[in-house]
Amino acid sequence: MKAYLSDRMGAALLMAPLLLFLGAAYAWPFFGVVNWSFTLPEPGLGQYGTLLSDPLVQSVFVRTLRIAAIVTIVSVAAAYAITVVWVRGTPAQRVIAEFCILVPFWISVLTRAFGWVALLSNRGLFNTWLQAIGFISEPLTLVRNEFGVIVGMTHFLIPFAVFPLASSMRSLDDRVLLAARGLGSSRMRTFWSVFVPMTRSGIIGSALIVFVFSLGFFVTPAILGGGRSVMVAELIYLRIFQSPDWGLGAAISVVLVLFVGALMALVFRYVRPRQLI
Amino acid sequence: MPTYRPGPVSLILAALVALFLLLPLLAVIPVSLTPTRMLAMPSGELSLRHYRALIEDPRWINSILLSIRIGVVSSAFSTVLALCFSLGVWMFQPRFTAALVGFVLLPMVVPPVVSAITLYFLLTSISGASSFFGYDTWLGVAMAHAVMTVPFATVLILVSLSQLDRRIDLAARGLGATVWERATRIIMPNIKFGIVTAALLSFVLSWEEIGVTLFITSVNAITLPRLMWMGLRDNIDPAIAALSVILIIITVLVLAARGAVVRLRRAQ
Repeated sequence: MKAYLSDRMGAALLMAPLLLFLGAAYAWPFFGVVNWSFTLPEPGLGQYGTLLSDPLVQSVFVRTLRIAAIVTIVSVAAAYAITVVWVRGTPAQRVIAEFCILVPFWISVLTRAFGWVALLSNRGLFNTWLQAIGFISEPLTLVRNEFGVIVGMTHFLIPFAVFPLASSMRSLDDRVLLAARGLGSSRMRTFWSVFVPMTRSGIIGSALIVFVFSLGFFVTPAILGGGRSVMVAELIYLRIFQSPDWGLGAAISVVLVLFVGALMALVFRYVRPRQLI
Repeated sequence: MPTYRPGPVSLILAALVALFLLLPLLAVIPVSLTPTRMLAMPSGELSLRHYRALIEDPRWINSILLSIRIGVVSSAFSTVLALCFSLGVWMFQPRFTAALVGFVLLPMVVPPVVSAITLYFLLTSISGASSFFGYDTWLGVAMAHAVMTVPFATVLILVSLSQLDRRIDLAARGLGATVWERATRIIMPNIKFGIVTAALLSFVLSWEEIGVTLFITSVNAITLPRLMWMGLRDNIDPAIAALSVILIIITVLVLAARGAVVRLRRAQ
């Protein structure tokens, strides 16, 4: 006798292991963290009060939003420029563009942050060259500050900004562009009043991805900011391991999740998820 | 084929962005060849001492071996779980599919630092009961990495399943195949490429993982990224440059090989 599982049983048996695993190893402990935010060091809403009143915490939130906004604008603009060539260039141009996008994408965030330290530090390439040609006498401070953080995060996030842009540029109908040209519109005019508006959903999608990523970004700001330009994620790390102030770290995490969740919900009302990939 | 090509202005801007993307990867090459013990540009003389340090210092070798072990275990675990889940979704299309998949994708969407503190909570809770599983143990790190990589594995396998023709599964079902036979003899051989890719991606993500690893290790389970982090935070060790050059070369080779395989499959 061979046991034939009913469809519903089969589905349940196949899907259960992963759902149970994530329930036990991810959902349950998240509620533990939420619980910390209300109970440590003493029960109550004290940690959320601190969030609203502590000038240090607030300055970190403001800095995070400011850096995320700058990084989003720069990354999307830079990604747009290289995606145009990746999608619409000659075959040789496309191979080169693809190489420049995918190689950094696959290289570890630590290696990339280290590369920027090697370029921007006091004894790094830039300062060595600029001093050698006599352009400056003292090394410029390019890293361990907000400038270094913005450069490193932009570098990390450009490939992520490329993918939604590429998908919207691929689905664009060429004949519209040719029609615009045929009707006497200049190259520039065609680009700004036809090409860019028609890739709007890609621009929104890529800006959303970059902005959300920037808010919770940890490694690059911690290394290139050198502790002087602390963002939200590093603040959580410091509260957990250096203060140790688990309740406040947990409360900041909860606020971060709620903020990111609200942002995603808002944008998904206007952009279909398919357009993001 | 696009008939509308980018003009000279676009090409110049794209070239500047391309240069920006490659610059930090190229910058580590001269640093790795410097003869001094500090992070600096070589002035005239070149040396391979930092490459030698990688081989001679047991800390680097140990952390590489640990990262490989964690990567293999977590990748196997997350690929198997993702495969079972995706098969269930594809074969039975249960109600609430979107909600279930959304739940599985959470660790990919939630800011990594929140996942990190969540997994820190989990592993410190377990630590009280067990000394070989929990905070700062290799098994604990492997489990945490599996949580972080399982959404990516699931997405890849679901995408390859979505390209599969449902009729071959219906035919097998009509001929009386059990769920097990349909899964192992009909569906899995047809999505081999997707499964292998999912396992590889999970390994690479675990191998590079640092955001979560920082929160759940202290002195025992020092993975390679963790060791690099320690070297980057304190005084910068040029051995990291040598290691970075090696990792960049491996990445370029793997990407080139992958490109060749994709082109070959397309040609067939």
